[in-house]
Amino acid sequence: MALLGGILILLLVFLAVAAPLLSTHPEDVWDIHLAERLQAPSWTHFFGTDRMGADLYSRVLYGTRITFFIALIAVSVSLAIGVPIGLLAGYFHNWFSDLLMRVSDIFLAVPQIVLAILIAQTLGPSIPNIILALSITYWPWFTRLVFSETRALQKEVFIEATVAMGASPLRVIFLHILPNISSAIIVRTSIGMGYTILTAATLGFLGVGAPPPTPEWGRMVSESREYLPEAWWYVAAPGMAIFIVVMGFNLLGDGLRDILDPRLRRAPAGEKK
Amino acid sequence: MKLIAIIANRLAWLLPTVAGLIAITFLITHVVPSDPAALAAGDAATEEQIAALRVQLGYDRPLHEQFFSYVSDLARGDLGTSLYTGRDIASDLNHRLKATIELTFVAMLITVLIGIPLGVTSALRRNQPFDHVVRVLTVSGLAIASFWLAMMLQLLFAMSLDWVPLNGRVEGFPPRGGTGYFIIDTITAGRFDQLGSVMAHMVLPVATLAIPATATVVRFVRAGVLEAMQKNFVLYETAMGFPQSVITWKYILRNALISTVTQVGLIFGIMLAGAVVVETVFDWPGIGSYAYNAIVLSDYNAIMAFTIWAGVIFIIVNMLVDVLHAIIDPRA
Repeated sequence: MALLGGILILLLVFLAVAAPLLSTHPEDVWDIHLAERLQAPSWTHFFGTDRMGADLYSRVLYGTRITFFIALIAVSVSLAIGVPIGLLAGYFHNWFSDLLMRVSDIFLAVPQIVLAILIAQTLGPSIPNIILALSITYWPWFTRLVFSETRALQKEVFIEATVAMGASPLRVIFLHILPNISSAIIVRTSIGMGYTILTAATLGFLGVGAPPPTPEWGRMVSESREYLPEAWWYVAAPGMAIFIVVMGFNLLGDGLRDILDPRLRRAPAGEKK
Repeated sequence: MKLIAIIANRLAWLLPTVAGLIAITFLITHVVPSDPAALAAGDAATEEQIAALRVQLGYDRPLHEQFFSYVSDLARGDLGTSLYTGRDIASDLNHRLKATIELTFVAMLITVLIGIPLGVTSALRRNQPFDHVVRVLTVSGLAIASFWLAMMLQLLFAMSLDWVPLNGRVEGFPPRGGTGYFIIDTITAGRFDQLGSVMAHMVLPVATLAIPATATVVRFVRAGVLEAMQKNFVLYETAMGFPQSVITWKYILRNALISTVTQVGLIFGIMLAGAVVVETVFDWPGIGSYAYNAIVLSDYNAIMAFTIWAGVIFIIVNMLVDVLHAIIDPRA
């Protein structure tokens, strides 16, 4: 399963990078050909055209770049913020770690999309603002995961031994704890990519995403609403793209979790034969 | 005794969490933008209009004074006035709340009724065809963008097949009745034809909300049951001769459900977030579509109010779930 997800993702990365080469109408990301609006799929326009006459196939292809760009940076920033905070909060048992966890609880207290809408709407529709909104609302997930994993690992004897040998907290955290919880972080990262892409697309659908004419998938689906049911390709193509990408990351994350988590491999005691 | 301590702890953290939320929202809307008045006035406003609006909305006062009046308004339950409609936001939200609750309640019911049995059965038939099919379905269900799912369902079942209505809550006039919940009102009024219409209108929105939520529930229940199956008590009970069905449905399920119950908060959050999209696509007159309209119209007061309002509800629900978890699970 992880293999399937991995292959999917690599394929999509390839598509994103090679978009200019693969797309049939690369200029359609920016140009308007009103004479050709809302055409059904054909050999010249594989996915049909949108309301501006732009080739949907090319726009979806270029949308891959936008999607990966946004998701990659947002998740990376969340990782960079969330993991250190989680490590510190988990390792130390003082008022400071309580405070850190309470702050992350506040962010977790609200559904991500609600806060992201507020941030994106206030700051204005642009790609950097989306990334900001997404990373501000996602870092607590990493923090919480790292916090519980760190606390669990602290009880292990080898950590106690390392501390007894005189290792500094910094050394214990980064050389001993972090490598052991990295598999959980990796799984969460993959699933987080999928989740972030969905949220970004939803923001785009609601109109607080990247501004037009950026070929953002969520926005394209939103544009297609008034042309249904005739222009079915207009809603099918970008939506399908979202589905495939998120599916890929979910499969990858699930597959990685199955591989990396030893607990699940044993046969259960009460299994029905 | 420990239970009381846990409940007290949760209650004690309620206020600081809400306070933190309010602080963050205030920061985002009053401090971060360079000119909140210009934001509120919109793109087409002139300098004088922005200046006038700044005084009217109080943005010219010092920050701590703004914050103080902001918080005291909230404490009184005053969520502000909509910049677009001019009406009181709190009353607008409360008015539309029932529509959303009805939708969300039915969706959660379906989710639980389908998700739990599916998850248990999938775990019991681990790695058999049934399990594989369910796992594919759940991974798919979580990968579909809800707005896309909503539109595709609309396209297929409402526009092409014409099996169910396209949008709205009911055909024609709303049912006469006290509660505001259409299912109840149509039954008490004896209007079963209307009940049919109400339920038909619910099919697609509920499906859109329920599919991702069910996928989540199935995954959690499945994982919970798998983990519970490895516990020693299962081996013990099997050796003692308990029937398999009793072990599964009485004891394993209880353990698995504990983790699922705590996920109710998460699922509720999914529903609330999903409601914004679903209500928009299906023209459902609830708080989700209210939020969408506020976004489209750049009604900052309304968006801010919605964030705090939804946030507080979510915080309270999660607190209740935490307490429930502490009650159910004596080991914690």
